[in-house]
Amino acid sequence: MNIVVLVKQVPDSGSERTLDPSDSTVARASADNVINEMDEYAIEEALKVKEAHGGEVTILTMGPDSATDTIRKALSMGADKAIHVTDPALHGSCVIATSAVLAKALGTVEWDLVLAGAESTDGGLTMMPALLAERLGVAHLSGARKLTVDGTTLTVERQTDGGYWTIQGKTPAIVSTWDTMNEPRYPSFKGIMAAKSKPVTTLSLADLGVDESEVGLAAQTSTVLEFANRPPKGAGEQIKDEGDGAAKLADFLASKKFV
Amino acid sequence: MSEVLVLVETVADGDGIGLKKVTLEMLTAARALGEPSAVVAGAEGTASAVKDRLAEYGAAKIYVAESEDIDSHLVAPKAEVLAKLVGETSATAVLIPSTQEGKEVAGRLALKIGSGLLTDISDIDADGTATQVVFAGAVIVKSKVSKGTPIYTVRPNSVPPEPAPAAGEEIAVEIQISDDAKKVTVVDRTVEAAGGRPELTEASIIVSGGRGVGSADNFALIEGLADSLGGAVGASRAATDSGFYPHQFQVGQTGKTVSPQLYMAVGISGAIQHRAGMQTSKTIVAINKDNEAPIFELADFGVVGDLFQVVPALTEEITKRKA
Repeated sequence: MNIVVLVKQVPDSGSERTLDPSDSTVARASADNVINEMDEYAIEEALKVKEAHGGEVTILTMGPDSATDTIRKALSMGADKAIHVTDPALHGSCVIATSAVLAKALGTVEWDLVLAGAESTDGGLTMMPALLAERLGVAHLSGARKLTVDGTTLTVERQTDGGYWTIQGKTPAIVSTWDTMNEPRYPSFKGIMAAKSKPVTTLSLADLGVDESEVGLAAQTSTVLEFANRPPKGAGEQIKDEGDGAAKLADFLASKKFV
Repeated sequence: MSEVLVLVETVADGDGIGLKKVTLEMLTAARALGEPSAVVAGAEGTASAVKDRLAEYGAAKIYVAESEDIDSHLVAPKAEVLAKLVGETSATAVLIPSTQEGKEVAGRLALKIGSGLLTDISDIDADGTATQVVFAGAVIVKSKVSKGTPIYTVRPNSVPPEPAPAAGEEIAVEIQISDDAKKVTVVDRTVEAAGGRPELTEASIIVSGGRGVGSADNFALIEGLADSLGGAVGASRAATDSGFYPHQFQVGQTGKTVSPQLYMAVGISGAIQHRAGMQTSKTIVAINKDNEAPIFELADFGVVGDLFQVVPALTEEITKRKA
């Protein structure tokens, strides 16, 4: 079973993040960029499926040159090879345009299964797998907290608010993963060394046959009018419990009509 | 007046069908843009269970698409229903819940009708300008869709629902779901007990416990406080990773994003991972023994103290005052 894992490089969610004032895109130059944490669960699941059923694991990333760090991280976990879609014209592409490019890129490799993380921790739109499924006309099994592969049949436990649904589909398919699905492995020293020599194919828009006018800032389907850093929520009253903390807190809750 | 389509999200209510609160919130928000029309897409009998409340909250029309094909396949049929309605009505916008399912529907719909979309919006103006709070609450963005019939996904608990009785005229939607939309079958739906508490993303009050709670057994204290307030129970990642509480109740960057009226953080230090999921809560209360804990920077009211003293006393005090 050949698997492609969608991986994105994002600004570290533990550091300060903002938008670039010049074009309202995610400020990447000033950020500490890391692999999207949620994608590690998809990589781990891909490696598990490969270990059980054979095949190859390919990492697919779209992003600037700096995304090579993220690709190496994914390869050091144990993926076999990677495709890096990069082109200056892609800067500022919206989710719709990005999905068109990734769909084209998926056409350059043979796969049975695409795995994706639950969301990116920067944009957080959570819809890339659904967009790709819509474009490619394949099954999308989402919210997977458990994946079972039986030949061409995929069975997924889909996490829901109040429990889970058991859902089924056939390959070729896209599965988006939940972060309770597995425990992503740490790259071993051997894995880190091996990653340095694994093949990474770089593809430009021209390589994919996508016209520059279909992507980037000019092709955005929504426009940012303005943005502002949210004023920090000032700390309110703080008391030290001297045996009366609960009563004072109850008074506060009553003043806000919660009690 | 222009028509605004609102995709109804339902939830199991005992043996019956109820509305997710976000549906009423969307019907309220939609009035800024035009006349709300509710879209029901689901199993037979869904519309009859919810139509009265839809009308009460402003649905002039209720489009009803009910079939086994819609109910037994994941997501894609709902996008087909909406695409058909956008094509056949004069709809000027589509509102969809910013839930796991809703966002998938919205993405598929955007491609089907060639529109742009904005996700996780917390407010919308008459001219279609939408507000989003991004990067764990750090940045507020105002945006507009610049292509096609705008699609918005609306973050739960952002708009207070207000009744505005309307006709609620039912209109049957005849639709043949395509084979492409039937590629994922729902085999079974399993409910995991939430102890009769409100669902986390819908709750007005949430009490969350963290590492400081110390054990799974001690979470009974958090549940007791939540129950005294009629709230939901959440947990920090430190608590779920330690096995104190099930993962599906995790609030944070990698868990659920919540925005309740009242959020109580108990024994939670307030790492960015957690703040990302609760920072936009209206009122925040923190109980922690460490007065340097970052959670206090967000708290409207903070108690520095031992949660094992404060929480039981607070639960008792609230129960007494409510009696």
